[in-house]
Amino acid sequence: MPIFEYAPAPESRAIVDIQPSYGLFVGGEWIEGRGAAFKTTNPATEEVLADVAEASVADVDAAVRAARTAYTRVWSRMSGADRGKYLFRIARIIQERARELAVLESLDNGKPIKESRDVDVPLAAAHFFYHAGWADKLEYASLGPKPRPIGVVGQVIPWNFPLLMLAWKIAPALACGNTVVLKPAETTPLTALLFAEICQQAELPAGVVNIVTGAGATGQAIVEHPGVDKIAFTGSTEVGKSIARSIAGTRKRATLELGGKAANIVFDDAPLDQAVEGIVNGIFFNQGHVCCAGSRLLVQESIAEEVDRRLKRRLETLRVGDPLDKNTDVGAINSRAQLDRIAELTAAGEAEGAVRWDTGCELPSHGFWFRPTVFTGVSQTHRIAQEEIFGPVLSVLTFRTPQEAVAKANNTPYGLSAGIWTEKGSRILWMADQLRAGVVWANTFNRFDPTSPFGGYKESGYGREGGRHGLEAYVTTGDPR
Amino acid sequence: MSTTDAAVDVTARAGDLLGVSRLTNATLTGWLHGLPGVDQVGCEARAASLGTRSIKTTAKQWAIDAAISMIDLTTLEGADTPGKVRSLAAKALVPDPSDPATPRPAAVCVYGDMAAIARQALGDSGIHVAAVATAFPSGRASRRVKLADTTDAVAAGADEIDMVIDRGAFLSGRYLEVFEEIAEVKQACGDAHLKVIMETGELVTYDNVRRASWLSMLAGADFIKTSTGKIQPAATLPVTLIMLEAVRDWRELTAAIVGVKPAGGIRTSKDALKYLVTVNEVAGEEWLTPERFRFGASSLLNDLLLQRQKLRTGAYSGADYVTID
Repeated sequence: MPIFEYAPAPESRAIVDIQPSYGLFVGGEWIEGRGAAFKTTNPATEEVLADVAEASVADVDAAVRAARTAYTRVWSRMSGADRGKYLFRIARIIQERARELAVLESLDNGKPIKESRDVDVPLAAAHFFYHAGWADKLEYASLGPKPRPIGVVGQVIPWNFPLLMLAWKIAPALACGNTVVLKPAETTPLTALLFAEICQQAELPAGVVNIVTGAGATGQAIVEHPGVDKIAFTGSTEVGKSIARSIAGTRKRATLELGGKAANIVFDDAPLDQAVEGIVNGIFFNQGHVCCAGSRLLVQESIAEEVDRRLKRRLETLRVGDPLDKNTDVGAINSRAQLDRIAELTAAGEAEGAVRWDTGCELPSHGFWFRPTVFTGVSQTHRIAQEEIFGPVLSVLTFRTPQEAVAKANNTPYGLSAGIWTEKGSRILWMADQLRAGVVWANTFNRFDPTSPFGGYKESGYGREGGRHGLEAYVTTGDPR
Repeated sequence: MSTTDAAVDVTARAGDLLGVSRLTNATLTGWLHGLPGVDQVGCEARAASLGTRSIKTTAKQWAIDAAISMIDLTTLEGADTPGKVRSLAAKALVPDPSDPATPRPAAVCVYGDMAAIARQALGDSGIHVAAVATAFPSGRASRRVKLADTTDAVAAGADEIDMVIDRGAFLSGRYLEVFEEIAEVKQACGDAHLKVIMETGELVTYDNVRRASWLSMLAGADFIKTSTGKIQPAATLPVTLIMLEAVRDWRELTAAIVGVKPAGGIRTSKDALKYLVTVNEVAGEEWLTPERFRFGASSLLNDLLLQRQKLRTGAYSGADYVTID
């Protein structure tokens, strides 16, 4: 037994009030869904949290019509300054209800409370604050002449950062004068439904934000609805491609933020202790359920053994378990399906000859869990170096020269993010120029800020979210035709 | 082993570690500047994240007692008198008269001329007498005076010496001079333990803190210590984190264990707990003992005692329910 054993420090769940069942938030009111209800569970315990309505095609149609009405009659006509006031109000309510949102997010998603408390919720509020500021300054954002809203935006978001992805989508859309129909992921709908309540609390005009829950079919109904002017999607490359196919030939615009297989590149002159932290944060943050996760570690051959030793020693200190415990570093895998996928890909890694290591930590008996895992001796040709695992699994490869690092880093169909660790500034700039990735972090990883545009190259999607660039996706410019 | 042999041993070991037959300033510079750099942002982020650990109930109980037992209860004022030192020693012997089970601090830390008073007051209680030496806090005196300062304190009964390094020599790159001075003071210490104060607030960068840590360990430090307490900033969590990484890596290299002592500015139990978490998760639990980790502090003790009373009785008392010295 350790000398200094941290006693359980659970965050109380008394602050959240989960209803037994939820309807859809359409036109500012709660309506019952016409599809069959589904259950959302706590992935750490497999306990059912609530019944959630499934939006049918007709429900989606009602939501789009509500959004259209709100767009035409209220939101697109409102001054930017007035739209900004609503966004500021929403941002402040998110801050006021931060603990409630954080606990609910950890319950529904399985992520550690320290992450939902210190990352997801504060960043979500920051996105609303940031975009509230833009609402009356769009003409000065260099977006082109006479920026105007597009109309009704259909938004489909993933389960890895439910509230944060909602903020990334809704804040810029509303700031620019659009109205939205948003579908949260079927395994993590609860914070979006609480956000609907926040919209009511903020007295946001009815229909400006509509939340419809459901799985793939509901998402498809949004994408295919003729009344939707723009699609914003974050999720898998597979679904992204099918969205692109289904809107081809229509007037709909789209921004897609898809998968990734980021290289985190460590040179022999790197600040090693911080690089180890960056590697850990890169792949074990949010259980590795991060599209921009540093899932491929490229380490210079001359320090590969030392990095391996330091990394594994550090991983032994990770605390895996109850997401609501304030000392938990790694929480639960979001769903059985995702756990199965991680297990399948790691089995393939072993079968292909990579060397598997995990922390050997104890795992809870219920729920979906996966130990922090490192594969060494990985080659570019292995599936674990090519496919997105979306779990707490790191593939370690080595390189000898900066050119080889660039070649390996870029040798993937994805291009979302990359990390560079070196004390040499000129090399950082040269590498950043060579890497085909939308975000390149230098001597850090997984840092997000609403002022910084985020998005991918190649099969990681198109369009940017955040910053001035992110506004471009939500406006049209020039004289109306 | 005679003390002269010990100094020779330090230099010989340094030559072995650096792979050279003769230690020069150039070889020391190459070695120290070859240590991995420290990224300031990443280091501070790591320290901040360790500071968010939530230490409750039984863990808090253990940590408060551990922290009390790691304190070097300190008075380093020009106005110190034998009476003041005796009352500090009495406080060390009986930290909390309301609970005899309260652990005692590790040492009482005083100026050299008070070492005999402290030694007499503490007797054979097991509480160490630490004396600051080598022209503390500035370190601006001749080598001869610094060594005399050290031998004098040891002769007066100090069994721990807290020396300061020559920051001027360090910052101008005269590493060999710093090395030799530490080695000679170590020799002058005899059996007394040597804590080397780097005065990290004057070294400014984390790279310097890391290099000074390795240089001190190479020269024979038993402990590396952040600060005199006379310069701001004194101890910070990121600086202590760097030093804990240094002692961890030093053990990997040499199998020897060097202790760490943050000093100055740690006043609350909450802060002390953050340091213990950092020790636990960075250096490892082998360092969670007064033999290897100390707090240089004075007011910290009373805050720990208040928290300890709160855990014991379930209610906060107040400043009037702990003795001021």
